[in-house]
This record gives sequence, structure tokens and C-alpha cells, in this order.
Amino acid sequence: MVATVETITAVEEATGKYKYGFVTDIESEKAPKGLNEDIVRFISAKKNEPEWMLNWRLKAYRHWLKMPTPDWSKLAIEPIDYNDIYYYSAPKSIDKLNSLDEVDPELLATYEKLGIPLSEQKMLAGVAVDAVFDSVSVATTFKEELGRAGVIFCPISEAIQQYPELVKKYLGSVIPVADNYFSALNCAVFTDGSFVYVPKGVRCPMELSTYFRINEKNTGQFERTLIIVEDEGYVSYLEGCTAPQRDENQLHAAVVELVALTDAEIKYSTVQNWYPGDETGKGGIYNFVTKRGACKGDRSKISWTQVETGSAITWKYPSCVLTGKDSIGEFYSVAVTNGAQQADTGTKMIHLGEGSKSTIISKGISAGKSQNTYRGLVEIHRTADTARNFTQCDSLLVGQTCGAHTVPYIVSRNPSGKIEHEATTSRISEEQLFYCLQRGMSEEDAVSLIVNGFCKEVMKELPMEFAVEAQKLIGISLEGSVG
Amino acid sequence: MSILEIKELTASVDGTEILHGINLSVNAGEVHAIMGPNGSGKSTLSYVLSGRAGYEITGGDVLLNGTSIIEAEADERARAGLFLAFQYPVELPGVSGMSFLRASVNARLREQGKEEVDQLGFVKIVRAEAQKLGISDDMLKRAVNVGFSGGEKKRYEILQMALLKPVMAILDETDSGLDVDALKIVSQGVNLLRDPQRSMLVITHYQRLLSYIVPDKVHILSGGLIVKSGDKSLALEVEENGYAGINDAA
Repeated sequence: MVATVETITAVEEATGKYKYGFVTDIESEKAPKGLNEDIVRFISAKKNEPEWMLNWRLKAYRHWLKMPTPDWSKLAIEPIDYNDIYYYSAPKSIDKLNSLDEVDPELLATYEKLGIPLSEQKMLAGVAVDAVFDSVSVATTFKEELGRAGVIFCPISEAIQQYPELVKKYLGSVIPVADNYFSALNCAVFTDGSFVYVPKGVRCPMELSTYFRINEKNTGQFERTLIIVEDEGYVSYLEGCTAPQRDENQLHAAVVELVALTDAEIKYSTVQNWYPGDETGKGGIYNFVTKRGACKGDRSKISWTQVETGSAITWKYPSCVLTGKDSIGEFYSVAVTNGAQQADTGTKMIHLGEGSKSTIISKGISAGKSQNTYRGLVEIHRTADTARNFTQCDSLLVGQTCGAHTVPYIVSRNPSGKIEHEATTSRISEEQLFYCLQRGMSEEDAVSLIVNGFCKEVMKELPMEFAVEAQKLIGISLEGSVG
Repeated sequence: MSILEIKELTASVDGTEILHGINLSVNAGEVHAIMGPNGSGKSTLSYVLSGRAGYEITGGDVLLNGTSIIEAEADERARAGLFLAFQYPVELPGVSGMSFLRASVNARLREQGKEEVDQLGFVKIVRAEAQKLGISDDMLKRAVNVGFSGGEKKRYEILQMALLKPVMAILDETDSGLDVDALKIVSQGVNLLRDPQRSMLVITHYQRLLSYIVPDKVHILSGGLIVKSGDKSLALEVEENGYAGINDAA
């Protein structure tokens, strides 16, 4: 039992070790604090948006005002004062850049420090990056090369200007304006994010990725991502996130919409490492995110892979609406909570199309005093003949003071549907830990090894370039904790 | 010179003293056997020496290569060259054998200030050692100890010993759960690792193992004390008269 106590201590110590907690000293331009129609108009004007976009935002804002805060999750959330937040913050130097050479060196240095060099020579081979700093995109790499393949990869603010027809057609088509409280808020005040369009028959020649960074104090980040893949197209997209270490909670309410048409495939991976707060629960990001993909076309496929290690609170259910015949939805998740973190995460698989299939593999690891909940819905509608789902939820506990919860919702309205659900809960045993220690590994290395073994099925779904990084991240988040 | 020196060692588990003052000295290259009935403290001794949590040393000292290790953590002792072949090797679901073995070997190499082995070079070394123990490539690809038979688990322990090259190896009831064929393979593997630079402490309940791994000395552990020491003939005496006979003689 001694080892367990030591493990817990090590975990608690580790929570002070957030590597990305630094702040970039950069002059920024902000909207006045608070939220009202003028702020919505301010953001829209800043982005030079057309009238239809502003109206869309205002409609969302008016909806949001009437909506109650959701309280169904297993999360203890301090009331949020929406008037005490800055909804727009942009580095001053950011106006109208033509090339990377013009990006403020402070910003380049920030991303360099985060391990994301933005100069194309230094980049990971074959990965294009969009870097979003507070409310704006500061750089997008490899645009030209992608352009030659016909792939559009740009900040969504730019897409609204340049590809209004595509944006009009698909924005809000998967997640309607009034879908939920946080998505409605996002619709009203989103500032930037990434836009991806893959035309018919094109396999995107490189991994696309967006790195989100919240820098300013008291600033919310409301990013909006829209990915459209036409018939027989393919794209693999990855997002990463970090934020400085601050005592206050900061709100991150993103919306991600994916659209896959006939025979199209989207692979969306997330490595989420927002600042988790300290071990007493002070500070940290509120990560309230709505992600949904529409498998509209027959045989289309959307695969979500997420590695969630950060944030004080995570509220997130990347989902698939499987409309196409024989379409496929996948959800692979590793959620690590430590210290006072809370996570309520999972997925929704909505089967509408005949022969649609879904797979859910969720691995939750709780340590410290954290609470980790898997919440998932599998729904087979009348139209979805022979639809199938397989779900596996495994929880791993470290110590005596954390919690792991599994809340599956299963609805089948079609007698030919088949749903399987498997769940396990276990601990890293003292025996396993001692076995590794006896082979000379430090406790930290041992825990990292065991936890990565536990998560292996999910980790192998990550693009190669990021798998190693994610493995290390899990080790760091749990330093010393079992897994 | 003595590689392992145990002096007046007392140890408790959950506040109950199990070892009441063990004295034992193992010289370089020697193989000592510790025999004893169930509940005599054999496994406790192996865990106390290797530093398992919950096995508390209450008195005496243990020296490895002349340095006291009783304040050292389990992993520090391991990196100093102490190895324990487990009686019941633990399953690590999802952890690939290669990653596990490499993490172990690299921890040791780092300690010695040597360069770590890369993945490709390491696979070659492991395959060569595995072959000697009849371990298949397929088994190396599986998760550590998951779905292994009793014999496979024990061979895997010896493989780890071969890779880690300990100065002091403790084999805790390596014969338990093995049929004769498996016992032969495992013993052969252990005998290949006998070396003037390596000492071993072979813990067993039965004499059977000692026909294959012939010890230089045999000690009888009973009631938390070494009650008798002798050469390999002592093991045969146990076989004939049982532990009760030995206790009486002591």
C-alpha cells in the first residue's frame, strides 16, 4: 500500500508541472469586456463579415439569451459570469500578413516553445499547420502546396470572405444554431478557427493541423472549425491546444462540424492539453466543446480520436450522425484526469442509414481527486436496418480519492440492429508497479508504460507524427500516478 | 568476496515480524539455495531483499557489493544489479514485451552511464536470447505475460535475467507450476547464466529443482530463521526426511 501512497504524492506533485504555462508578452487589441449585441456586431465588423453572417450571429445570440445552462452532466461548475469575459483579443501586429516572414517574432517564438515551428523548412514533414492565437489565426502553412491539390485550408474568417457559398451551405448544417447552450454561444461570438474543403476524389496530400493557444487573461476562446470532404475525398486533421497557467478559469467553447459525402473519409484527432488548474482546483480551462460529424453520403466514414489530458473541466461528446447507407462512425478516446480535474466526455452515434456501423473505444484514467465520466449515446433509428454498434469502456483508477463513472444511453428502434457494450474498471495494482520497479524502471516510467499499454488501442489510431508526443503527454500528466 | 551479505535481518509485514534475524553471505559466482516449508518466510525474504512496498526492514543490514541497500528504493536496487525472478509474474495488459524489456534494459544502461540501445539493435539481442530459451517471436510480440502459460511466464523471467545481466539474481520458486520438460528448459537457461561475476539465490520448496540447478550451498529457512546450512547433500536430506526432520536436528 505504501507504493500507492507514494504514487498519489507523485501525481499531486506532477500537477504543478504544466509545461506550457508561460505567457507571451504581446500587445493585443481587445473588445470591451462583456457580452451584448454590440459585442457580436463588433466581432463581425472586425472580421469584415457580410450581412448574412452578422444576422446569423445575432439570431444565435438571441437564442442563447433564452437558453438555460445545461446541468445534466456529472460536473460541478462554478457559475460563469459571461459579462466578465473578453470575447475578442488579437495580437496587434496581426493585421494583413502576406507571408510567414511578417509574423511577429514573439508569436513565432511562442509556437516554437510549444514545439510547433511555423516556418515551413522546420516543420514536420507533410503536416500543414493553422495557428490560432486567442481570437485569430496567425499563420497557415503549406497553403500553396495544398492549393495545387485543390484542397482549401484557411482560417474560417477568410473562408467567409472567399468561399461564402460553401460556408453558407454547411455552417450550422451539422450543429444547428440552437443545438445547445455552448454551441449557441459559439455561433454568436466565434472569432476564428480552421476551414477545410477537400474536393471530389482528392486525398489530401498531407496531415492538416490546427494549434490553439489561449494567451490573454480573462479571454474566452470560441473557435469554429468546418471540414467538408466531397465524394471519395479523404483528410486527416489534428488539433492541439495549450494555455498559460492562470488562477482564474477561462472558457473555451468550440464548435467543430464535419461533413463527409459519398465514400468520403475524415479522420479527426485531438490532443487536448489545456491548462488543468492547480491541484486544489484553482484556475484552468473550462473546455465546453460541441463536435459533430455528418456521414451524409453512402459508405462515408468519420473517425474521432481524442487524447484529453488537460482542462479543469471537459464537457465534450464528439458525435456522428450516420445518415448514409453503410456509413461508419468511430470514436476512440483517452481521457486522463488528475488533481481536481473533471471530465464528462463520450460520444453520440446516431444510426439513420441502413447498414451503418459504429465503434466506440473509451479509456478513462482517473488519478488524484479527479472525476472522470464516460457518457455516450447509441441510437438506432427505425430506418437503420442491420445497424451495428460495438462499445468498449475501460476505466483505470489511481489511488482512493478519484472517481470513474460510465453512463451509457442505448436506444434501439429497429429489431435488426445490434448493439454491444463492454465495460471494465480496474486499478494499476501495486503488484504491476513493483514488477516494473524491480526491472529498474522509475515509478514515473512504470506508470507511463502501464497506462500507455491500457490506452494502446486508442493510441494506435493517432497519426504517427503525433502518437509519440501523445504518449509522452500521458506520461507527464500522470507523472508517478498509475494509471 | 561476498556479493550479497545479509546481517541479522529482521523484517515485518503489516506489523508482524516474519524474519527474525537472517545471516547469509553469498560470494561472487556462487549459487545458494534456500529451502523451507510453506510459511517459513521464503517469499518474504525475496521481497524484503528486492524492496517491495509493505515489506519493512526492522533491523540488521543487507549489503550488495559491499554497499548497504536497505534505504534504497526497489528500482534503485534493481539498477544496482539485483534481480528477482517472480514466482507469479504479473500481467501487463497492452504493454508490448519489447517496450517493457527495452525500458528495463535502458534504465540499467542509463544508471551505468552507457548509451541506451535503439529499437532495431535491441530486437536482435532479444531474439538471440529468446531462442536459447525456446521463446517464439510470436510470444515476444504479445503483451507482457498476458495469456502466457505457466512455463512461458517462467521462461520470460529468465529471458529478462539474461538481458539485464544482474550481479545478484534471486529466483523465487521458479519451479512452481512447471512440468518436467518446462523445468528442464528453465534450468538450462539459468545454468547458461551461471558466471563468476553473477551470484544466485535459488528459493524453492522442493529438492527437484536443485538436481538441475546444482547449488554450492543449501540453507534451510524455517520460522523466519536459517536453521541449518550445508552443501547440496542437505537438499537430499530434506527430500528424505522432510522439513520436520531437519527442524528436529537443528
